[in-house]
Amino acid sequence: MKGTFFINGRKEEWSFAPDAVLLDVLRENGRTEVHRGCGEGACGSCAVVLDGTLVNSCQVFAASAQEKEILTVAGLGSIHSPHPLQAAFVETGAVQCGFCTPAMILAAYCLLKKTPNPTDDEIRRALDGNSCRCTGYVKIIEAVRLAARRMSSHD
Amino acid sequence: MTDFSVVGKPVLKVDSLSLACGAARYTADFEVKDPFYLVFFYSPHAHAEILSIDDGPARGMEGVVDVFHSGNTPSDLYTTAGQGYPEPSPYDTALFNKSVRYVGDIVGAVLAESPAAAREAAGAVRVEYRQLEPLFDPEKSMDPGVPCLHGDGAFAPLPVPYRPEENVAGEVLFSFGDVEKGFAEADFVEEETYRTHYTNHCAMEPHAATATFDEKGRLVIYSSTQVPFHARRTVSRVTGIPAHMIRVVKPRIGGGFGSKQEIILEPYVALAAWKYKRSVKAELSRHEVFTTARTRHPMRVRIKTGVKKDGTITALEMNDIMNTGAYGAHALTVLSNAGSKVLPMFNKIPNVSFTGRAVYTTLPVGGAYRGYGATQGYFAFNQHVDSICRKLGLDFVDYVKKWHIREGETSEVFKAIGEGTEGVSQIIKSCKLSECLDRGAEEIGWSRLRGKRITSGSWVKGVGAAVSMQGSGIPKVDMGSASMKMNDDGSFNLYVGATDIGTGSDTILSQIAAETLKVPVEMILILSSDTDLTPFDTGAYASSTTYVSGQAVLRCAGKIRDQILSAAAVLMGASADSLSLGDGGVVVNRKSGEEAPFSKIACFAMYSHDQFQIQAGASYTGDESPAPFMAHFAEVDVDLETGKVRLVKFVSAGDCGRPINPVLAEGQIEGATMNGISYALTEQYLFDPRGKMTNSSFWDYKIFGTLDMPEMKTILAESDEPTGPYGAKSISEIGINGPAPAIANAIFDATGRRIYDLPLTPEKVLAAIKGVK
Repeated sequence: MKGTFFINGRKEEWSFAPDAVLLDVLRENGRTEVHRGCGEGACGSCAVVLDGTLVNSCQVFAASAQEKEILTVAGLGSIHSPHPLQAAFVETGAVQCGFCTPAMILAAYCLLKKTPNPTDDEIRRALDGNSCRCTGYVKIIEAVRLAARRMSSHD
Repeated sequence: MTDFSVVGKPVLKVDSLSLACGAARYTADFEVKDPFYLVFFYSPHAHAEILSIDDGPARGMEGVVDVFHSGNTPSDLYTTAGQGYPEPSPYDTALFNKSVRYVGDIVGAVLAESPAAAREAAGAVRVEYRQLEPLFDPEKSMDPGVPCLHGDGAFAPLPVPYRPEENVAGEVLFSFGDVEKGFAEADFVEEETYRTHYTNHCAMEPHAATATFDEKGRLVIYSSTQVPFHARRTVSRVTGIPAHMIRVVKPRIGGGFGSKQEIILEPYVALAAWKYKRSVKAELSRHEVFTTARTRHPMRVRIKTGVKKDGTITALEMNDIMNTGAYGAHALTVLSNAGSKVLPMFNKIPNVSFTGRAVYTTLPVGGAYRGYGATQGYFAFNQHVDSICRKLGLDFVDYVKKWHIREGETSEVFKAIGEGTEGVSQIIKSCKLSECLDRGAEEIGWSRLRGKRITSGSWVKGVGAAVSMQGSGIPKVDMGSASMKMNDDGSFNLYVGATDIGTGSDTILSQIAAETLKVPVEMILILSSDTDLTPFDTGAYASSTTYVSGQAVLRCAGKIRDQILSAAAVLMGASADSLSLGDGGVVVNRKSGEEAPFSKIACFAMYSHDQFQIQAGASYTGDESPAPFMAHFAEVDVDLETGKVRLVKFVSAGDCGRPINPVLAEGQIEGATMNGISYALTEQYLFDPRGKMTNSSFWDYKIFGTLDMPEMKTILAESDEPTGPYGAKSISEIGINGPAPAIANAIFDATGRRIYDLPLTPEKVLAAIKGVK
């Protein structure tokens, strides 16, 4: 079947199987910044923001995401113009292998949208669906704190 | 102290912005034209002989190209272990084995036009098995009458102990002094048996490989590998494709931790691509990573010491049985490390014996895993030391400080155990373990909490500690190399075989080059791990990259510096020895003060005088393997009613020499520590009675998340390793060794009960507590 998706502000017409999950459709269409870590909704590596809500794209049928706004980490910022969260992850050393990073940043983005000045506890709760095996999370939490500080001081 | 401009600074990881923006690509992200997809099918039995494979129905299905299995592929034996050549691991594996030896053993693979077609066809292949008696208990593997798992020509390519007829995949024996005499001299003998368990690396990126062709028809393999050069060698050997027709490219890697020091997918995609001259992709699911790829070898460690009343240890005997599972990948060397990385810690024990055997079972295959045997050995060692201290009324921290190996000292163990061969003797030249213990004890509140059993309701508090040492590469085995060229703007291309798998080695090596040439790190353009473009490196393992590959870069950059100075001498009309490098890419005449920028010197060499490219290459192999040291401290609350252990705070204090990049060094410690904590408390393989893993999913195999983590504190106790590049030693593995014993010792502190088997689950803790009553 064919459908319309709004990816990072761009309108895309993609064909996909009726039972295809969003993760596969995104990756097949070059959105490889969305990563498959487990395919069963447990690790969070494939998370994207779907109409403002963080979802594991391996658990969402592509058909149900038609006509919706999908945000990936590439829509948040770029190498030449990084989002404050991306910059903060880099500066604090929160990126090691980077496989969990795009989804982790999106989870943090969703948190800061609702809670611009989160407590450490709120950060931990917001990121608990995103597994990381490299960092021990210490610098990831530091990165979110730093980004929150910067973003709220710019508001 | 020497003043550095780039080394020791928290330079930003060179690939991190690209990773944070989703621009960096991993293996599965590479687009190739019209690929075929390879999907595997596996043994449902722990031990069976394959009688027949009927692939007819599968071949008839739409989109199916081919079905590979033992009936139609080469059956040469090899090892999947990505190690130096010849490998110290036995050649006991075929691409598709005729006998299967664990649930998850690869039986065959379907090549199809889509992943869905391949998956469907894989389910349609009919395999007839004759089931054989399984062997699940490694402690019975050597018993008479048990099934022999590798009676079909398996052999060791190196002259190392290998006795498949006894299910012995590796053996390490050594002793010095006279342990019996030592035990006789002791006031008491302490003997305990510890057991560690199967766990998985859980790198967030599952194994993936893509084989494609370049414009000249050469095979290009993108692989999530820690060992691109070993991968090329092994693929060529197994498939018969000439090595010069193969290029292995390592893109960004989503974590390894040892799991990708294994040549798993590369030969299959190469074989299929070569046959059909089409691109082939393979990617394991998380379930397959758990059930088919590699694990941490479980180990039984029996440790016996003779101790005098003043705490002097008169003899130590360690007896290990390591379960290597169905195949012997890394069997001998992981086993060796359980002795060689642990026993030097207390180097003043006069009588020591080590007996280690790696045995086959019909369970998942062990492999390289961060810590590499030291993790298993230190679980036993640190609890044993804690037991001795408890018996004698001594403080663990004071006791370890009194007995641990120090600068200027050696251990007979270094010489006795190597990696399949004899080891290399060395004198410890940097060791800040006592400082690590002091600072860690202070941070955890050791004197305030130890032995106090502060109680709140049913919860009791305890603190525990553990120490460990590791190495920095395999001496006289691991080799790293680098090449460099200078560009006309004064920047440098740096090519290294060293393999950044997320560790930050691209950054560390760039920093070493930048420091040597006194340029900002941005002027070093690094390219790593491509068998066509970069020089050789053994790969990312054995805590080798900073120390071994770092020395190669240091030497290479030194040669470049010399060439710059001699070209500048002509340009500036001065003698080379009156010139030196100034900061920011200039050559300075120390007498006249005249300066020439690198760009001018590079252009002079390229375009004007005696035209040549400023370029150099260098290799390095370590003559020794200086040990990093670490002290770990855990504060736990134990619920006496449920056995639940709540980890409140964890402190890691480490000496990795001079950290080239302190933020990355901390990151290595924090990641390893968290993995070690999770290993200690929640991670485990559960098997059904037929040997099938029953929890092959992140829903059922619990790795720590942000809500589980304790308060974490990391301390770097800097030392200066004279043999290391800018004083550096390794840091990547050691942090995983301490959490399990530190937490177990803390549980003892809280409850007075010792848990001998990992993981430290509430069930075991509660049973131990009830045992008291």
